[in-house]
Amino acid sequence: MTRAAPRTRAAARESGAAIPSPTDRLLHLARPYRGGLFWGALCVASANAISLAQPQVLRLAVDDLYHGVNAAKLGRYAVIIFVIAVAAGVFKYAMRQWIIAISRRLEFDLRNRLFEHLQTLPVPWFQSHRTGEIMSIATNDMSAVRTMLGPGVMYAVNTLTVGVVSIGFMIAISPRLTMYALLPLPLVSFSVWFFGNRIHRRFERVQECFARLSAHVQENLGGMRVVRAFAAERRETGMFAELNDAYLTDNLQLIRTSGFFSPSLAFFSGLGALLALWIGGREAVAGHITLGQFVAFTVYLGMLNWPMVALGWVINIFQRGLASFRRITDILDEAPAIASPPAARRPDAARGELEFRSLTFTYPGAGEPALHDVSFHVPAGSTVALVGRTGSGKSTVLALLPRLFDPPAGTVLLDGVDVREYDLAWLRAQLAVVPQEPFLFSATIAGNIAYGVPAEDAGAIRAAARVARLEEDVDRFPDDFATRVGERGITLSGGQKQRAAIARALLRAAPVLLLDDCLSSVDTQTEEAILEGLRQEMRRRTTLVVSHRVSTVREADVILVFEEGTIVERGRHEELLALDGRYAALHRAQQLEEEIEAS
Amino acid sequence: MSEHDEETGRAYDHRLMRRLTAYLHPYRMQVAFAIVVTLAQAAVQLTFPWLTKEAIDLGIRHRDTYTLDRIALVYLTALLAAFVLGYLQAQVMQRVGQNVMRDLRTAMFRHLQRLPVPFYDRNPIGRLMTRVTNDVDVLNELFTSGVDALFGDVFMLVGIVFAMARLNVELLAVTFSVLPLIFIVTLTFRAKVRRVFREVRTQLARMNAFLNENLSGMSTVQLMGREGRNARQFRDINADHRDANLLANTYHAVFFPLLELVSAIALALIIWYGGRQVMWTGITLGTLVAFIQYTQRFFRPISDLSEKYGILQQAMASSERIFALLDTPPDDAALPLDGAPAPLPAPEPRPHGIRVEFDHVWFAYDAEHWVLQDVTFTLEPGEKLALVGATGSGKTTLTSLLLRFYTAQRGEIRVDGVPLGRWDPEALRRRIGFVLQDVFLFSGTVLANLRMGEERLDDETLRQAAREVHAHAFVERLPGGWDAPVRERGATLSAGQKQLLSFARALARDPDLLVLDEATSSVDTHTERLIQTALQRLMQGRTSLVIAHRLSTIQDVDRIVVLHHGRVREAGTHAELLALGGLYTRLYQLQFLGAKSTAAVIQQE
Ligand SMILES: Nc1ncnc2c1ncn2[C@@H]1O[C@H](COP(=O)(O)OP(=O)(O)OP(=O)(O)O)[C@@H](O)[C@H]1O
Ligand SMILES: Nc1ncnc2c1ncn2[C@@H]1O[C@H](COP(=O)(O)OP(=O)(O)OP(=O)(O)O)[C@@H](O)[C@H]1O
Ligand SMILES: [Mg+2]
Ligand SMILES: [Mg+2]
Repeated sequence: MTRAAPRTRAAARESGAAIPSPTDRLLHLARPYRGGLFWGALCVASANAISLAQPQVLRLAVDDLYHGVNAAKLGRYAVIIFVIAVAAGVFKYAMRQWIIAISRRLEFDLRNRLFEHLQTLPVPWFQSHRTGEIMSIATNDMSAVRTMLGPGVMYAVNTLTVGVVSIGFMIAISPRLTMYALLPLPLVSFSVWFFGNRIHRRFERVQECFARLSAHVQENLGGMRVVRAFAAERRETGMFAELNDAYLTDNLQLIRTSGFFSPSLAFFSGLGALLALWIGGREAVAGHITLGQFVAFTVYLGMLNWPMVALGWVINIFQRGLASFRRITDILDEAPAIASPPAARRPDAARGELEFRSLTFTYPGAGEPALHDVSFHVPAGSTVALVGRTGSGKSTVLALLPRLFDPPAGTVLLDGVDVREYDLAWLRAQLAVVPQEPFLFSATIAGNIAYGVPAEDAGAIRAAARVARLEEDVDRFPDDFATRVGERGITLSGGQKQRAAIARALLRAAPVLLLDDCLSSVDTQTEEAILEGLRQEMRRRTTLVVSHRVSTVREADVILVFEEGTIVERGRHEELLALDGRYAALHRAQQLEEEIEAS
Repeated sequence: MSEHDEETGRAYDHRLMRRLTAYLHPYRMQVAFAIVVTLAQAAVQLTFPWLTKEAIDLGIRHRDTYTLDRIALVYLTALLAAFVLGYLQAQVMQRVGQNVMRDLRTAMFRHLQRLPVPFYDRNPIGRLMTRVTNDVDVLNELFTSGVDALFGDVFMLVGIVFAMARLNVELLAVTFSVLPLIFIVTLTFRAKVRRVFREVRTQLARMNAFLNENLSGMSTVQLMGREGRNARQFRDINADHRDANLLANTYHAVFFPLLELVSAIALALIIWYGGRQVMWTGITLGTLVAFIQYTQRFFRPISDLSEKYGILQQAMASSERIFALLDTPPDDAALPLDGAPAPLPAPEPRPHGIRVEFDHVWFAYDAEHWVLQDVTFTLEPGEKLALVGATGSGKTTLTSLLLRFYTAQRGEIRVDGVPLGRWDPEALRRRIGFVLQDVFLFSGTVLANLRMGEERLDDETLRQAAREVHAHAFVERLPGGWDAPVRERGATLSAGQKQLLSFARALARDPDLLVLDEATSSVDTHTERLIQTALQRLMQGRTSLVIAHRLSTIQDVDRIVVLHHGRVREAGTHAELLALGGLYTRLYQLQFLGAKSTAAVIQQE
């Protein structure tokens, strides 16, 4: 996250796209709530204005007491104090309900935005960002931003009104006294600036560290079985302890700064109070102001004390919030690198003709191209098989069609048109994919099979499961199709996961079927049975099938043999056997196995 | 992690607090120091109204500027003291707080390493992450302001009461007549807000679980065009989270003004009652002013406390979850992670591998559905045994039992004659090399993934292991070679490459028992055959258990066990099984007589 962020910002700057400042963005975000925020701020101001009347009443009461007063009048003062408190209370209630509630709604909006944006980011982005880090941004950083927008704003307005009004009253009582009391003000703004910056930077580091910590936990929990099998618990706790200590250190550094900030603000405001007490006291002695005025003045000073401490707090919250907000906007600024073009094509349905035209493709960050000058044509409705050594680029070919990675322009075509010219959602809707490593979700079996279609139709689900040979297994499950599977399908066997992924793809009525080594985890008997069913499906659709098994690919219209990213042989099964090259060797090897076994 | 009990009583809170404070124990010196500082700080804070009172009564009313100057000097000293003490207080307590949180996170992480595997079948990863990260962070405020609240504010309250009592007991009694109101308001608030905070934590955990799953499966989400529906689902969870927070906010919005109202009532009482006293019983005006200030100060910590009370309730809701996790009993087979790491037992040379016996083993993931039924077979030392069977027949489950991920309900598994349960889990696992069916690689370098924390393995051993499975060719071409970064779950490698690394990882440990669960299912035939050849040599002197669907993979095993619906249906050598003409024969024919005859065989079923 750390490294990627500045790069993208710089890129955006180069491309001329103006990046709005964080404040602009926040204002934009808050726009729908400006009415509520206004009323909220008004409530804060009103509540404070009313609370500020309290010392006035006290002043009058004390002055009256000094001069002598009757019981009825005292009673009236008491009632007024009570009424003031009730009124202030009402406004304080309203203020929370406006401002804090709005911050929750803003958080809700921003988080939805973030998630929706994440869904538009391409696979390569997710490969350079760890899941746990993204999660910590969506929760932890989000909460820092929320604190800024809620309590932060509330106390900021509060501080401002109390400050301004108290100072106003103080000026009304004695401008000179006020001047003395405010003498330390420049020191305050200096320390706000000085500490503010530092808090910002330190907090950024803290959040980054937290993200790393949470990414480690995420991976550790995800790989728990491997950790156990390899007795690697010590390694994991050791790595965790390191991150945990780093997080502690970063936090301590933050504390060292912020721990200095608040007491120093309190000290400055205390200095003001001291000056007022001292000089004000002398003025009172000299008779320039009444005792009541003096008392009131010190009360207002006392009231200024609180906003001063609150100011420290507000600055702290704002710096943290802004640091976190930057981390969020770094993601939001990430333009979806793979998206629909402006005038995207969206024909009714694809015929399913595929073409790869001298496709050379290099993965982002990889040294050498994964595919080199790959060209082949798949007529609509035909089946092309891809075989080849591990890492030879078969899955890469399949990943480029749905634009999980973006092929160079003009190299991958569907129905004669570059896939990059289609509407992305439309393009992907034309494809039914069984990925090499099936990913299932924690949902029911039925939910997983129907994952790629809008509605769950029990009949269709069962039919797809039957073709994928999953039906029998599911019928043995406690709640058959309503059985819930664990995250990533953890409660299924390897073959069951794979078959669920096959069923899921079959249910999608898409003209193009992409099968990536989708029978690697099933036994031969099941494999044959599934192939039977699949062949029916393949007759109706254009199919790209990847496999290591000759038995799976022998009936394809064309077999492509990949090696190190290029096609080294192509043709029908018999033709390739006649060629006596790599495919023939593969065939022999698999035949040889038979013979060894048979002997 | 069972649903937390609904009790919110004082005893329950007390217990939670006790457990939390237990984590303070190692830092008791610092805490003691912080308490002293806090008390001193509170005492200094108390002097300010008193100084003001003195300034009014002694200085201004007696028109004594000399005294006033002296008071100002004392005031300045007090200010400086307050500054230093304030700094110390914030530092020491926050340090302690951060340390405690670190300890809690470590404790939880360690505990997670020790929880039984079935626990992870049930609990979404995102939810568990919430405990270790977000839930602990909520405690931050508790520790940073907790001591202040407990000692500072309480001491301050006591100090104020004392000061007020000395000024005028009667006035104090009048002021305190509002206390019952405070109790009522607070207790009601606690009951309500606690429930809502629990809800907040639950929703946050749900959100994390959703995020974890959908972010890691993003390519499937996008391939299947689920973005729209996912966004709606996320919005729902997000909305539930928001609503719980809004409710909490409403409670706060009512609670705080109510407390302030109570304080205003106290103030009104003082004016009304105290004012009459000034007039008739002649208490000084200075006393009344001081009293008013004290009252205001008295209620400030209370409303402070109430703010902290909210924090406390939130922290309680979080610590409930933290302790619920820590209270989940660890696995019997967990590594003892506490204390010093056990010195590595030097791997005893064992020329013949180890012996594994499955003795009438019955196992079910849930109570009713037997996945393994009466499984009995023996792996002799040095033997190569293949486990074959249809998908879902229980092969992986069987190996999971060997790893003690799960425990058999009936029967016994023995290794070298010793029941699994009596083995030191670490010693046992060190002797077994596993290639799990679900490949999992960690973020880190290639070498780190091969080493898996086993420091005794030097780089050359690791590279050699990779060479045995022909992984070196692609590794050396990665940018960075052996130190090339591996992404989360090996995202930037091909499926076969990942499998090769996971294979090399097991070989590198030079295990006595090698368990290969579909170890080469995604690997091409050529490489697979190269590995086969290497394995023939590598399996010498080890016991091996091989699971494979392709019979070619198991061509040179000593014995084959055929598993069918969790039962051992056939066992014997290849020739014996073929002679038997049973399941194995059928499998065999299917695989090697080509697709043509398949239909016929299936028809026979
Ligand atoms: N996301 C990625 N980033 C960088 N390199 C990648 C990425 N995915 C794959 N590669 C590399 O590209 C090459 C081709 O990978 P690909 O997954 O297409 O192989 P494959 O033919 O499908 O292999 P297998 O039979 O093992 O599945 C490999 O060397 C692999 O390491
Ligand atoms: N963690 C689990 N919780 C509940 N049921 C499970 C769990 N793991 C597996 N099962 C079920 O137990 C049965 C046996 O699964 P197992 O993984 O042992 O099969 P397998 O023989 O390894 O199959 P494959 O060849 O497909 O990998 C399956 O029906 C599966 O759904
Ligand atoms: Mg592949
Ligand atoms: Mg299995």
